[in-house]
Amino acid sequence: MRTRLINPEEEFRRYRQRMEIGAVVAGIMLLGLFVRFVWLQVVQYDRYHALAENNRIALVPAPPSRGVVYDRMGTVLAHNYSAYTLEITPSKAGKMDDLIDQLAAIVTIDVGDRKRFKKLLAESKNFESIPLRNQLSEEEAARFAVNRYRFPGVEVKARLFRQYPFGESFAHVVGYIGRIGQKDAEQLEATGRSANYRGSDHIGKLGVEASYEHWLHGRTGIEKVETDSSGRAVRVLSRTPPVSGHNLWLHVDSRLQQVAERMFGEYRGALVALDPRNGGVLALVSRPGFDPNLFIDGIDQASWEVLNHPVERPLINRALRGIYPPGSTIKPFMGLGGLELGLRQPGDTISDPGYFTLPGSSHRYRDWKKDGHGMVDLKKSITVSCDTYYYGLARDMGIERMAGFLRQFGFGQKSDVDLDGELPGLLPTPEWKQRRFKQPWWPGETVIAGIGQGYMLASPMQLALATMTLATRGMVYKPQLVKAWQDPLTGKVVHATPTRMGKLDFNERNLRLVQEAMVDVMLPGGTASGAGAGAPYLIAGKTGTAQVKSIKQGARYDEHRTALLHRDHALFIAYAPADNPKIALAVMVENGGHGGSVAAPIARKVMDYWLLGKLPDIGPGPAGSAAAEGGAAEEEQEDSVSLEERPLPRVEAGVEE
Amino acid sequence: MIARLLRRLFAHLDGPLLGLLALLLLISLATVYSASGASPEKMVAHLRNIGIALTAMFLVSHIPPQRLMQFAPPVYVLGVLLLVGVALFGVVVNGSRRWLDLGLARIQPSELMRLAGPMMLAWYFHYKQSTLGPRDFVLAAVLLALPVGFIAKQPDLGTSLLITASGFYVLFLAGLSWKVMVAGAVTAGAALPLAWNYLLHDYQRQRVMTLVDPMSDPLGAGYHIIQSTIAVGSGGMAGKGWMGGTQAHLDFLPERSTDFIFAVFSEEFGLVGNLFLLILYAAIIGRGLWLAASAPSLFGRLLAGSIVLTFFTYAFVNMGMVSGILPVVGVPLPLVSFGGTSMLTVLAGFGILMSLATHKKLVKT
Repeated sequence: MRTRLINPEEEFRRYRQRMEIGAVVAGIMLLGLFVRFVWLQVVQYDRYHALAENNRIALVPAPPSRGVVYDRMGTVLAHNYSAYTLEITPSKAGKMDDLIDQLAAIVTIDVGDRKRFKKLLAESKNFESIPLRNQLSEEEAARFAVNRYRFPGVEVKARLFRQYPFGESFAHVVGYIGRIGQKDAEQLEATGRSANYRGSDHIGKLGVEASYEHWLHGRTGIEKVETDSSGRAVRVLSRTPPVSGHNLWLHVDSRLQQVAERMFGEYRGALVALDPRNGGVLALVSRPGFDPNLFIDGIDQASWEVLNHPVERPLINRALRGIYPPGSTIKPFMGLGGLELGLRQPGDTISDPGYFTLPGSSHRYRDWKKDGHGMVDLKKSITVSCDTYYYGLARDMGIERMAGFLRQFGFGQKSDVDLDGELPGLLPTPEWKQRRFKQPWWPGETVIAGIGQGYMLASPMQLALATMTLATRGMVYKPQLVKAWQDPLTGKVVHATPTRMGKLDFNERNLRLVQEAMVDVMLPGGTASGAGAGAPYLIAGKTGTAQVKSIKQGARYDEHRTALLHRDHALFIAYAPADNPKIALAVMVENGGHGGSVAAPIARKVMDYWLLGKLPDIGPGPAGSAAAEGGAAEEEQEDSVSLEERPLPRVEAGVEE
Repeated sequence: MIARLLRRLFAHLDGPLLGLLALLLLISLATVYSASGASPEKMVAHLRNIGIALTAMFLVSHIPPQRLMQFAPPVYVLGVLLLVGVALFGVVVNGSRRWLDLGLARIQPSELMRLAGPMMLAWYFHYKQSTLGPRDFVLAAVLLALPVGFIAKQPDLGTSLLITASGFYVLFLAGLSWKVMVAGAVTAGAALPLAWNYLLHDYQRQRVMTLVDPMSDPLGAGYHIIQSTIAVGSGGMAGKGWMGGTQAHLDFLPERSTDFIFAVFSEEFGLVGNLFLLILYAAIIGRGLWLAASAPSLFGRLLAGSIVLTFFTYAFVNMGMVSGILPVVGVPLPLVSFGGTSMLTVLAGFGILMSLATHKKLVKT
């Protein structure tokens, strides 16, 4: 290494040179930064702008308030109220059991709350908040607020709650809402409605709440909120207000509904009352009912078990889903069919020996009256409910023609009432039997179909609809629950127009004959003369009995001995006033025995209230309890024609042997 | 009379540089005001820091270069001793052993080295200028490596790299051979994989990885870079306006009045503001280099040049980090970020620069 002497000038020149290089490099690097800034702030601006906006702006759904449901008089059947809930977001909370224990020290949390919470927790996703306690008092809410810092993931929310003030009276009409479950969410997703349910926890599950969900729910609004990095809302930037759901008015009259409900007493059963002038559903009762309020935020196990009692089955809407053999209530329709198809003339009479046999068979299809009704024409066949007449008529008509004629009245198909879950019932044909059982149709099956037994099944709704069609002289209306609705934006109330499904053309004379026969049913000599007694208006009715257990050939039917559960279902259809129908109804009383003694009195009270405004003396099931004793009053027996005879065992359907 | 006194008082301050620095400090006041959410306490503290630092600059500018030269070796030795002290008795904060507890206060000797390091090297070259040879460069490199090694071990990679840079600038300006620089660069390049595997700490590796792909950990290590890049980019051409930065004011930006203050500035003043800031920094650097070149002694020229280039390095590294092209290192934006120490060392450095450039009546060597 050589040591050299450097003169200051050279040293300074080199320094200047190095410095210039340094300055140029620094300049280039600053230019590089500038290029980077141009890239970020000009070229990529849109992207970063969007990212910053995403950071800052949160869209918070503003759930709408659900539409209120009223009855025809404006009585509230379902409404909303505001209250506090204590809610836990599991993903943010710690160990759940400890947490609930600690919370229990501040607000009351009972065993039911815990159970329900566990159930909801198991069903939910982790990031949803789940209510632990509903309807906190002001004091409890305040006490929690003080301790809030101790419970991350727990908060008190003010929410709108649904309430059904009539409790179980309208459970099967109005139904209920419940928390949106997995299936509901999938359904909403599939129908493209999930955006509108952001922020909603509940959805209609049953009844009007379910079938009018699209109107009742309303439109979810959106709040554009500026949030800071911890997600706390700083201010509201803009707001699309939610639009409340439609308010609905039903045709149902809450007092009529309650009258009908009370008349059932302890009996299980169903009643459907329609307005023949427009098809409006005036009352729809299914007994026993249940309290829909239990379902809104998840039902606890104990209540759930009660509701799933194997016999009571309050959750089954018997008016729509209870399908029974229509029994003798089919006779007016069969009779009209006989006349219309030219198989019978009004004056044609048969001599009733108390049974019917098919040619070449010794099997006896028995009349409910052991010794027969004597000479019976069409009118009398309805009035006294003669089975033999219809055995013969059915054979002459044949099952195909029978099905074809009855179908016009709505049997075997859904009524399309604006409620979900209706069953179509069954109008059997040989083709159906072949398909269903891979068996041929037996002639005997046609015979018993003539008195509404065998395979034939109908719901109370179908019976009411068919009865209404008789009352309207063939005008078919679609049964309709909703009478009017209010557009939440304009406030305008729109009345539903009755939906006419068609007009059945019957010979005027034939129709009148059947109608007169039904009026006679309610008069002395008719099978429901007891229920019709003293009515200041004309009632057209028909009793019926749906057999629960088939009775062996030759065996005697003794309802005293038969276990209560094996007693027949009592049926009754009617419309009134017969000369200017304002109500048409069908009543079914499970294990009620005879239609005339149990079902018809219920119908009478309902008609009295509707037509006369007369409230029945409310006792615990006035019509029911007497019959439940087993000693049905004789004058109310279907077989009241023969008062001198003691109540007879009665078989409406023979069984092929 | 008074005019003469004033002229004497300010004789060692450079007017143009002072003007440029004042402009930058005004920007700093506005930006810290916004970044702190108009906090009066923060503004008072910031004004106090600026006041102290300006006073220090003023005082340092009066110290004659000879005196500074005399100080250089003892200060360097003191610094190294303190670093040894840190290594032996240092206080560990956040996993790094950087502080020395003196009972009254905690000090961070590495801060002292930011100025003491280049001063020592400048002193050495000045001392040896008549017989400068390759051996001197080796020795100077050793003098530099000693404190840098201690600081890197703390670990404080950012500071050690920046001190290395300021030392390197002295070597560079003193005429370090291009061959050595090229060889050094090649060696460093080759050693990089080794350093990656054996020298860097996990968190340091992660910072670099985060730069390459910030989205790999958007809520953890990548969060700072993602949010600051969003702030810069969303500023657009004209910015969101003073006090209008959403990233800053809604708490998305971390460290927004200190290391990431440039993101706040950039978001609120946009590309136009950034360009202005870059020009301002370029002007300060240009004026600084001009002053450095006019220093009468080699010591002065080397030290002044190193101070200016280091100032540039700080600004570049900070802006590069905030805009996502350099890894996150704890470097404030000089003269803009809130923080007393940085303000003090930078302005004291400019004080030295002014002293070196304005004390003309020196013994020529």
